[in-house]
Amino acid sequence: MIIADRKPLGELLEMVKGCDRILILGCKGCVTVCNAGGTKEVGVLASILKIARKKEGRPLHVDEKTIERQCDPEYIAQVKDLVGQYDAVVSMACGVGPQFLSEAYPDQRFFPAVNTTSFGGALSHGIWSERCAGCGTCLIHHFDGMCPIARCSKSLLHGPCGGSARGKCEISKEVDCIWDMIVKKKMEKGRLGDLTKMKPNKDWRTARDGGPRKSIREELVQ
Amino acid sequence: MRLSYPSNVKVIQVPCTGRVDIIHLLKAIEDGADAVYVAGCMEGECHFLVGNLKAKKRVQYVKKVLQELGIEPERVEMFNLSAGEGPRFAEIAREMVERANALGPSPVKIKKAA
Amino acid sequence: MSELKSGSNLERVLRAGHFALTGECGPPKGANVEHLKEKFSHLRGVVDAVNVTDNQTAVVRMSSWAASAVMIQNGVEPNFQMVCRDRNRLAMQSDILGAYAMGVRNMLCLSGDHQTFGNHPQAKNVYDIDSMQLISLVKKMRDEGKFLNDEDIDVPPRMFIGAASNPFADPFEFRVHRLAMKISAGADFIQTQCIYNMEKFRNFMKMAVDMGLHEKAYILAGITPMKSVGMAQYMAKSVPGMDVPESLIKRLRGAGKGKVAEEGIQFAIEQIQEFKEMRGIAGIHLMAIEWEHKVPEIAERAGLLPRPKVSK
Repeated sequence: MIIADRKPLGELLEMVKGCDRILILGCKGCVTVCNAGGTKEVGVLASILKIARKKEGRPLHVDEKTIERQCDPEYIAQVKDLVGQYDAVVSMACGVGPQFLSEAYPDQRFFPAVNTTSFGGALSHGIWSERCAGCGTCLIHHFDGMCPIARCSKSLLHGPCGGSARGKCEISKEVDCIWDMIVKKKMEKGRLGDLTKMKPNKDWRTARDGGPRKSIREELVQ
Repeated sequence: MRLSYPSNVKVIQVPCTGRVDIIHLLKAIEDGADAVYVAGCMEGECHFLVGNLKAKKRVQYVKKVLQELGIEPERVEMFNLSAGEGPRFAEIAREMVERANALGPSPVKIKKAA
Repeated sequence: MSELKSGSNLERVLRAGHFALTGECGPPKGANVEHLKEKFSHLRGVVDAVNVTDNQTAVVRMSSWAASAVMIQNGVEPNFQMVCRDRNRLAMQSDILGAYAMGVRNMLCLSGDHQTFGNHPQAKNVYDIDSMQLISLVKKMRDEGKFLNDEDIDVPPRMFIGAASNPFADPFEFRVHRLAMKISAGADFIQTQCIYNMEKFRNFMKMAVDMGLHEKAYILAGITPMKSVGMAQYMAKSVPGMDVPESLIKRLRGAGKGKVAEEGIQFAIEQIQEFKEMRGIAGIHLMAIEWEHKVPEIAERAGLLPRPKVSK
């Protein structure tokens, strides 16, 4: 799912500095799964902002609501009668949420409460890791189910580079060298020949480099 | 045991400190508590196995939040003791009250408009 | 073998069967041409070509093609390094043409250290293509006379193509395969990462020779003399892909105060003597970074001077 982390409190307080009444709008999608912006996190942020503003002597009125998703017009429509009642609305959804809300309700200000980072999954409770960079041309079948575009710091297609040491990436011991893993798996399965063949240069047009992307299912469009 | 502990400590009983969540600690501060603490079983002796470890993490999280907001993190604390340690319970209560007195009233108490 | 690929001095020396010696020079952190000239002046006539690094360790310095051009204007042959970190395929092809136009004839294709190491960690990284693909790109431009998109090049750049090899990175078993890939992608010569673990390197070279790689490309063994115990410890602990045996650190420590640098040079000279005899090694790449003035002495003591003069 999409992974996001709540913005630092200082930044959030700065965003709502000029407000007296805000709504914090959560999302039951990805940000609930990564414990960044679901009902619980909305409640926690509401309390934190109220504490901070009480301390300042400028109380902040905070309402809380969490909707199914903020990336579908049907759900965005559900808050039609609500969003106008505030000085601003803080969305805890990924980067899509505040944008969809802004388009639907151009007279209201929508602030992002989280920094959206990547596509990934949970390694264990509380830890999420990036797996996909959204390059638009998936190649993981060439690399035994691993993606070097997303998981190699240099997105090499013929790794590992000379900085790979003891299975770790040169940038940090916290980062596994995906090429070390790919090579070891290929060697184990007797498929080393897959790696010694030259891969064509990546066509980045399908990635963000080619411009903002749109997906259309002709068979579904009315 | 009929031991005494300060009367300005409000006790909220839970079946396990694992039931205490971040929001509960924050609400206490938000509503003006000068300090809030969690008293759980000794580590390794939790009846529900890891409830007190979860509570410990949550207390640490709230301490960090308070620090970021410029509020003394010592206003929130985690303690571990066994159910039979009556005197220790009273001692902890006295310790936190002394700590709250030393820190002064919570900066979150509603200020009268100037 | 037919005509020369680039006609560079390095190529001619290697082709003629001489034991080659290359040096290295990092451009200045500024447009200080005088400082640059002073640095490489020590290497004039002492080595067959001088590597010019490209924002090495992701620290911004004068661009390597410009420093290479200055070198050419002052009678020293550069080995122009290009990394994949800072340039996309457009800029790469463009810079290769520019460098060639300025007289550059040797080029080393590298991935480049990740920018988090350097002094501008906030930068976007490029890595449009990787070092393997860059080698292939330069070969295509030279031998086919075409850009990556197959359009014809108006005077193709005829570079002598180099690549780096690190026998000490992991996984060890794969390193020789990666070397083989670079050579089949088009590398004419190879410079290895600096060697301290001679045992491991001998094993690596055995594998390379068994695969016949030494007959397809010229392999130059990398040497960096240790200046101090601190340097050895730093390289052992903090430089990824570097293998510094404890025995070397002990040897340096045992040399005594004030004598460590000399011991480091002594070790380097012993290495050079072994490499002269080692099967598959066509020369030495001496990286005496920020110690360029020591290179003439080391080359002299290792019996590598005078450098051969091979006519065009």
